[in-house]
Amino acid sequence: MATTTPLLEAVGIQKHFGRVVALRDANFALERSEVHALVGDNGAGKSTLIKIISGVYSPDAGALELDGERVTIGNPREARELGIETVYQDLALADHLDAAANLFLGRELYLGGLLGRIGFLDKSAMRSRAEDEMRRLKIGIQSVDQPVLGLSGGQRQAVAVARAIAWGTRIVIMDEPTAALGVRESGMVLELIREVRNQGLAIIMISHNLPEVFAVADRITVLRLGRTITTLRREETTLEEIVGMMTGALEVAA
Amino acid sequence: MTSTVTEPPRTEPGANGFAPPPEEQTRRQQVVYLLSRSWLFLFLLLLVLYFWLASPPSTFLTGSNVAQIALTTSEVVLLAIGETFVITTAGIDLSIGAVLFFSGVAGGEVMLKLSGTSAQTLAGQYPHAWRGIALGVVVCILAGGAWGLLNGLVITRMKLPPIIVTLGTMAMAFGFGDLIDGGSYLPAPVPPGLTHGFGASKFLGLYYPIWVALVVLVVAHTVYQHTRFGRYTAAVGSNEEGSRRAGISVDRHIVKVYALCGLMAGTAAVLDLAIFTNTTSVAHQTDNLSAISAVVIGGTSVFGGFGTILLSAVGAFIPTVLQNGLVIQDVQPFWQEVVVGATIVVAVYIDQLRRRRMNR
Repeated sequence: MATTTPLLEAVGIQKHFGRVVALRDANFALERSEVHALVGDNGAGKSTLIKIISGVYSPDAGALELDGERVTIGNPREARELGIETVYQDLALADHLDAAANLFLGRELYLGGLLGRIGFLDKSAMRSRAEDEMRRLKIGIQSVDQPVLGLSGGQRQAVAVARAIAWGTRIVIMDEPTAALGVRESGMVLELIREVRNQGLAIIMISHNLPEVFAVADRITVLRLGRTITTLRREETTLEEIVGMMTGALEVAA
Repeated sequence: MTSTVTEPPRTEPGANGFAPPPEEQTRRQQVVYLLSRSWLFLFLLLLVLYFWLASPPSTFLTGSNVAQIALTTSEVVLLAIGETFVITTAGIDLSIGAVLFFSGVAGGEVMLKLSGTSAQTLAGQYPHAWRGIALGVVVCILAGGAWGLLNGLVITRMKLPPIIVTLGTMAMAFGFGDLIDGGSYLPAPVPPGLTHGFGASKFLGLYYPIWVALVVLVVAHTVYQHTRFGRYTAAVGSNEEGSRRAGISVDRHIVKVYALCGLMAGTAAVLDLAIFTNTTSVAHQTDNLSAISAVVIGGTSVFGGFGTILLSAVGAFIPTVLQNGLVIQDVQPFWQEVVVGATIVVAVYIDQLRRRRMNR
């Protein structure tokens, strides 16, 4: 494990907004097929770091490496082309469109021949591929051709996740994936995250909910005041230790 | 060290079925959905029944009167089609009637200028009528498209609310149109080749303008339901930011939708000239009301995201049936505006109820 290059590595990332220093020295390595949680108090720089990885911000200093090769990610589209998708909390889905339409939004399939060239959609192909995708991820939705408006919060989140990973994605970034959900639905989304990892994808997850982090993450990186404090395997640590590092009550020799 | 953390409840692996909503709720949703859809037909049926029973015998439900209603509705149908696309994007186009009027004036002037000298056209002679009609029709449609393009560009580039932008262009289009024709009518009726030969002529038992409306209706419905253009229209109206993040050029799409709406108004202007031989701003003051009422009564959500072109076309009959029936009964036709106005409010209320039900 230690000998292979990480899938994604961020080294010495710095980011300032005017005089405010959001990241001083962030280091982060993501392995293949892992759920990696980013934790930290408010203002620790978690959101800034994932926005740098997803191309929303560019860093002032430091480097990003994908598969050991240095990359610059200028905007979210470039991130997507590199196989990095972000699942946004509420902004993801078009409520009035069905699950299949949402899954293919912006990447629709067209009929063959002239009809397809003038923009006719291949609805049945999209529907059957959407059904395959839902089955592959074990997402139980009765029908992929009902407006997602009628789905529960967890089901909607599942559709959003399915969309994020359906396109040759290698890294999924999830910012508070369960924030708006009830306990039961949160459990379902966590199950889905495990499923996605088991299919070989890497997941970066921000969460304030530490019990959830311990339930699903393979590794945990703690940020504090713009610095990476440490990265630990879940089995090697405890919730109390993580809280101590987040608040600064527990100093770690870096 | 072992963690003392309690895990959140897990679901059975494999069955991690996000539980389907209870059957009952789906059925109630269906009932609300059906009611919200079919009240349009009930309302229309009641209107027709009322006018049929209340009008003097063989005046309302006669072949020629129904044909007359269908003829005037053909214009509203075109406007309602354009407006359906716009409203589906969660926008609105108040300028549609003014753009129709402006396009009619611009196209009509071109027809007259090219058909002969002003002395000739005033005397009812149109030596070069076909040249005039051909170019005039093109000018009508392009003028409409140009206003629509302007609406779309101002809304997206200046980031202004559509209701304000189109209120402004409505006033401008009325103003420019009246400036061109001196605030009254075109100096002479448009050439009879367009009026007698098209607006008042039938093909297979239906007036030509009705055929135009039917063809545009079928094409627009297909585009709305089965193409990328239709899908993006709904997506943008449903979740603009989400659509942008999914890679859709949202602003460009919105511009296209308003341009399409303008093109529909321009096409309706051709029918208007063909049916009425002339045009004046007073006749088009409430065209936007008719179009918007047709769309919202037809079940298209003013909050954006979904709609139905075919039901907008059915809704287009409500203002015209009212107008026609009230005139036959010799009631002040101003009642039409009262009823249509109230109907819009009811329709949007029903739309809102439906949204609330579905959001639960």
